[in-house]
Amino acid sequence: MRSDWQNGGFGIYVHWPFCEAKCPYCDFNSHVAREIDHPRWLRAYLKEIEAYGAALPGRVVSSVFFGGGTPSLMQPEVVAAVIEKIRETWPIANDLEVTLEANPGSVEAGRFRSYREGGVSRVSMGVQALNNADLRALGRLHSVEEARAAFETARHAFDRVSFDLIYARQRQTPESWRQELSEAVNMVVDHLSLYQLTIEQGTAFGDRYNAGRLKGIPEDDDAAQMYEITQEITQKAGYDAYEVSNHARPGSECRHNMVYWRYGDYVGIGPGAHGRISIDGSRFATEALKQPNAWLEATERSTGEKLREALTAEDQSTEMLLMGLRLSEGVSISRFEALAGSPLDQERITELDELGVLGVSGDKLMATQKGRFVLNSVLAKLLGG
Amino acid sequence: MTDLAHIRNFSIVAHIDHGKSTLADRLIQMTDTVAERDMKEQLLDAMDIERERGITIKANTVRIDYTADNGEQYVLNLIDTPGHVDFAYEVSRSMRAVEGSLLVVDSTQGVEAQTLANVYQAIDADHELIPVLNKIDLPASDLDRAAEQIEDVIGIDASGAIPVSAKTGEGIRETLEAIVHHLPPPAGDETAPLKAMLVDSKYDLYLGVVVLVRIIDGRMKKGDRIKMMQTGATYNVERIGVFRPAMTVVESLGPGEIGFITASIKQVRDTRVGDTITHEKKPCAEALPGFKPSVPVVFCGLFPVDSAQFEDLRDAIDKLALNDASFSFEMESSAALGFGFRCGFLGLLHLEVIRDRIEREYDIELITTAPSVIYHVYTKDGEMLELHNPADMPDMANVDHIEEPRIKATILVPDEFLGDVLKLCQDRRGIQEELTYAGSRAMVVYDLPLNEVVFDFYDRLKSVTKGYASFDYQMTGYREDNLVKMSILVNDEPVDALSTMVHRDRAEMRGRAMVEKLKDLIPRHMFKIPIQAAIGGKVIARETLSAMRKDVTAKCYGGDASRKRKLLDKQKAGKKKMRQFGKVDIPQEAFISALKMDG
Ligand SMILES: Nc1nc2c(ncn2[C@@H]2O[C@H](COP(=O)(O)OP(=O)(O)OP(=O)(O)O)[C@@H](O)[C@H]2O)c(=O)[nH]1
Ligand SMILES: C[S@@+](CC[C@H](N)C(=O)[O-])C[C@H]1O[C@@H](n2cnc3c(N)ncnc32)[C@H](O)[C@@H]1O
Ligand code: SF4
Ligand SMILES: [Mg+2]
Repeated sequence: MRSDWQNGGFGIYVHWPFCEAKCPYCDFNSHVAREIDHPRWLRAYLKEIEAYGAALPGRVVSSVFFGGGTPSLMQPEVVAAVIEKIRETWPIANDLEVTLEANPGSVEAGRFRSYREGGVSRVSMGVQALNNADLRALGRLHSVEEARAAFETARHAFDRVSFDLIYARQRQTPESWRQELSEAVNMVVDHLSLYQLTIEQGTAFGDRYNAGRLKGIPEDDDAAQMYEITQEITQKAGYDAYEVSNHARPGSECRHNMVYWRYGDYVGIGPGAHGRISIDGSRFATEALKQPNAWLEATERSTGEKLREALTAEDQSTEMLLMGLRLSEGVSISRFEALAGSPLDQERITELDELGVLGVSGDKLMATQKGRFVLNSVLAKLLGG
Repeated sequence: MTDLAHIRNFSIVAHIDHGKSTLADRLIQMTDTVAERDMKEQLLDAMDIERERGITIKANTVRIDYTADNGEQYVLNLIDTPGHVDFAYEVSRSMRAVEGSLLVVDSTQGVEAQTLANVYQAIDADHELIPVLNKIDLPASDLDRAAEQIEDVIGIDASGAIPVSAKTGEGIRETLEAIVHHLPPPAGDETAPLKAMLVDSKYDLYLGVVVLVRIIDGRMKKGDRIKMMQTGATYNVERIGVFRPAMTVVESLGPGEIGFITASIKQVRDTRVGDTITHEKKPCAEALPGFKPSVPVVFCGLFPVDSAQFEDLRDAIDKLALNDASFSFEMESSAALGFGFRCGFLGLLHLEVIRDRIEREYDIELITTAPSVIYHVYTKDGEMLELHNPADMPDMANVDHIEEPRIKATILVPDEFLGDVLKLCQDRRGIQEELTYAGSRAMVVYDLPLNEVVFDFYDRLKSVTKGYASFDYQMTGYREDNLVKMSILVNDEPVDALSTMVHRDRAEMRGRAMVEKLKDLIPRHMFKIPIQAAIGGKVIARETLSAMRKDVTAKCYGGDASRKRKLLDKQKAGKKKMRQFGKVDIPQEAFISALKMDG
C-alpha cells in the first residue's frame, strides 16, 4: 500500500545555528559564537545522518536543505562532506535539489563556487531590502551593492537562485514597496520569498515594539495592501504565487519546501530541527535540542533528538491541511479523509465557499486568492472551533 | 471561659480605603495574636481578589486576647468590614453581631459618604461608636478638620476621637484601652436555653459548610444537637472554635462569644444568615428578629461558556451564595446561551467580584449578559410585570407604562469638582434635591434613576473628581418614565443578551455609544458585519465592522508543523471565549463592556 508521506516525497533538512550577528527581528534558532569547531560539527552531522539512515532505509531523497542561522558561514568542505554522506546513506533522485541559505555579503559570495563544487545546486539569499537605510534598520551587515554583487556571483555559480525580501518594514509605504518589488522582479531571479515582517516576542524588535519604541510599523490595512501589491506585481512579472509567501517562475518552485507543504517525510538534523518521519505505519514528529552545544554534546553521547512523538490521526490530518492549504494547488480531500478517518465538515466547506474563500474542484480543496489572505481564519473555521 | 464583663465585641467600619484592615493588622499584632513571621499587610484580606484589588470584600472575624493597663485580661472579637457601597450588607450584618464599632476616619480625607452611611447603620443597631482618626503619619493629616467634620456632618461628639496611625502603630494602645473602657460588654444568660445568631457562613473545601455564630444566651459545645429555627434543620455540632484568625478549636462557646461551628451541613439552603440556632431538645422561646434581607438591584445572566459546565456552575453558585447572603439567583435559559442563572447583585463591583470568584475558584468561564435593574411594566389589562431581563419585555402594543427604580444618592465632593459632579448627575437624568456646604466641601443629594448609576456611575464619579468624591445611595421607589427596550442587531440578527432598557431621550446617544463600543470589542471576521441599535423595528444607530483583510502567517518555519498546529489550537481556545450568534463570534466580556459609557 502507498504510504501517506509519499504524496510529499522525502527530504533532509540540516540546521546550521550560527550567524555573524543576531538580527533584531529574528527568532530563528541562530546564535553568535566566537569560535566554532567545524570538524566537530561535521562529525555530529554525519553521526545523526547515519542514525536516521538506519531508521529509514531505502528512501529516495529528493531534496537537501541547509538552513539557519547562516549556512553560508559553513566551511565548504563540511557542506560537501554532509552531501556526500547523504548520497552514501540513501538512494538519490536524479533531479536532487540541494539548497543552501546564504547571506549576501562579499565573504559568503567568495565561497559560492566551492559550494557548487561540493554539490549545492541552489542558493536562497537573504537580501531583505533594496535600500541601505532599511538594511541598517533591520540590523543587516550587508549593503544593497554587496547584495547585488553576491546575487550576480550566485547566478553564475548555481543553476537556480532565489532571494528573500521582508516588507511592511518600519516607515514603508505601499507605494515604496511597489517600487522596490518592481526592481526585484527585474533582477532575473527565478524564485522570490516575500515575507511580511512579523514582530516576534523575545526579539529586540519585539521588546522595542512592546515598549512602544518601534515606530512606523505599517497598520494592518497598509500591510494587507502591500500583500495585494505583492500578488499583483509578481503575477504581472510571470511568477506564480504557488505558496502564501513564495513566488516562482513555472518549474522553479522550491522542491524542499514542497516536501513540507505537501506533508511528505523529512529528516531534521542539527539544533532545533524538526522532522516528520513515517516508520511501520506510524508518523512521528521529531525535534532536536535547541541549544547548539547541548545538541552537539548529546549527539556525541547518543543523539541530538530530544523528542520523538507519534502523531494521532487528527494531528496528521490537521497538519496536512495547515500546510497544504498554503499552496495554490490545495489539498486532496480524499487524502485528508483517509488520514483523519472521518470526512471534512461539508457544511463548513459550503459556508466558506459561499464567502468566496474556499473552492472545491473534484477531489481538490483550495483557498481562493481571497481566502489565502485570511487563511488562519479559514483554517480555524474549517477545523472547527 | 471568660465572664461577660471581660468580653468586648466590635466591628471596624469606615469609608473605603480609610484603613480598617490595616488597623485590624495593628490590633492583631500588638496583642501577639499572630506570630511576627506570619504577619502581612491587610492580613485579613485573604482572597486573591481582595489582595489584587486592595479592598476588603468579605467581613472577617478575629478573636484577640488583651491585657489592659488595669492588669485585667480581655477577650476582644473584632470584625473587619468592607468599605465599598456594594458590600454594605456585610457591614450591617456584622454590626448585629457586636455591641460597638470603631468608626475610622482617614484624617487626610475627612468624613465621606460611607462614613455617614455607617453611622446611620450603627445608630440602627444601637451601637456605641469610638471615632478613630487614622493616617496621622501623613503630612496631609488634619485632625482638627476631621474632628470638626465628625461633629458638624455626623453630629456626634468627637472629643474622645483617638488619633492613630495604623501604619506606624501610634495610638493603637489607646484604641485598645478605649475599646475596653468605652464599649459595653455583651449581655447574656449562660443558664438560659441556647440562643445563637447565624451571622455568616462559607464553604470550605475540607470542612464543608462553616458557620459563623454569635452566642446570645446559653452555651454551645461539640456534640450538641442543634436546630436552625427558621428552616427547622437539625444537626450535630462536630467542631466548634474561634478565628485567631486561623480556625482554632475550643471546648465550647458561651454568651457574648463569637466563633464558628461545623456540622456536616449538606443543604446549603439550611444555613440562612440571621437565623437563630438553638438546642433541639431545649429550644429558646423566641427567635432573634433576623436580618433585614438585602435587596439586589442589578441583575444579569451568568452562563457557562462551555455549556457542559452548567452543573458545575450550579454547584459553584450554591457555594458562593452561602458565603454571600446579598447575592440571589434563579435558573434561566436562553436560546443562544443555553442554561444559566439570572443573578441579582448589590452593584456592578459586586457582580464583577462574584463573576471573578466563580471563574477562579471554580474554574468555569462565564458569559455575563448585559446587566439590568428591575422595571415594573404595566400592561394594558392592568397587570404589573417585574422585568428582570429586557429580553422578556412584552410587545409595546400591550404596555401601558413602565416604571423604573429610583435612588437617593448622597455625594460629598470638594468645591472645585462640584460643577463636574452636577453635570454628571444631570446627564444621568438626576433631579437635585439638596446642596449644602461643610467647609470647602459640598454635599449634594440627587434623585437618580438606578439604571443610570448602576453600571459605571461610580467609576465616572471617581474619574471626574480625581477620586475626591464619595458616594452612597439608597433605593427610594419606582417612578414612571418614557422607557423603551433597545435591541442590538449583529449581522442583522438580534442579540438578546445585549438588549437594554433606556430612556427614550437618551436612546440615540446610548445606541450610538453601544454600537461603537461593540465595533471595537468584536474581532474582525472574514465578512463585514453591520452592528445596529434599534427600538422596535426602527434602527437608531449603525456601525459596520469591516472584514478582516489579512491574517495569514507570512513567515515560513520550515518543517515546524507543530508550531502551526499550536497556533491553530490557540485560535480555537480564543474562540472558546466567545459565543456564536448567527455567524458572528462575540467575546464574553463584550456584554458588560458595551454598556459602560465614557461620558
Ligand atoms: N500612611 C498611612 N497609610 C495607611 C494607614 N492606614 C492605612 N493606610 C493605607 O491606606 C490604604 C487602604 O488601607 P486598607 O486598610 O486596605 O483600607 P480599608 O479601609 O480596609 O479598605 P476597604 O476594606 O477596601 O474599605 C492602604 O494602602 C494602606 O496601606 C496609615 O495610618 N497611614
Ligand atoms: C532562516 S531565515 C534566514 C536566512 C539567512 N540567515 C538570512 O538572514 O538571510 C529565512 C528568512 O526568514 C525571513 N525572516 C526572518 N525573520 C523574519 C521576521 N521576523 N519576519 C518576517 N520574515 C522573517 C527572512 O527573509 C529570512 O531571509
Ligand atoms: S535573520 Fe538570518 S542572519 Fe539574521 S539572525 Fe536570523 S538567521 Fe541569522
Ligand atoms: Mg479593608
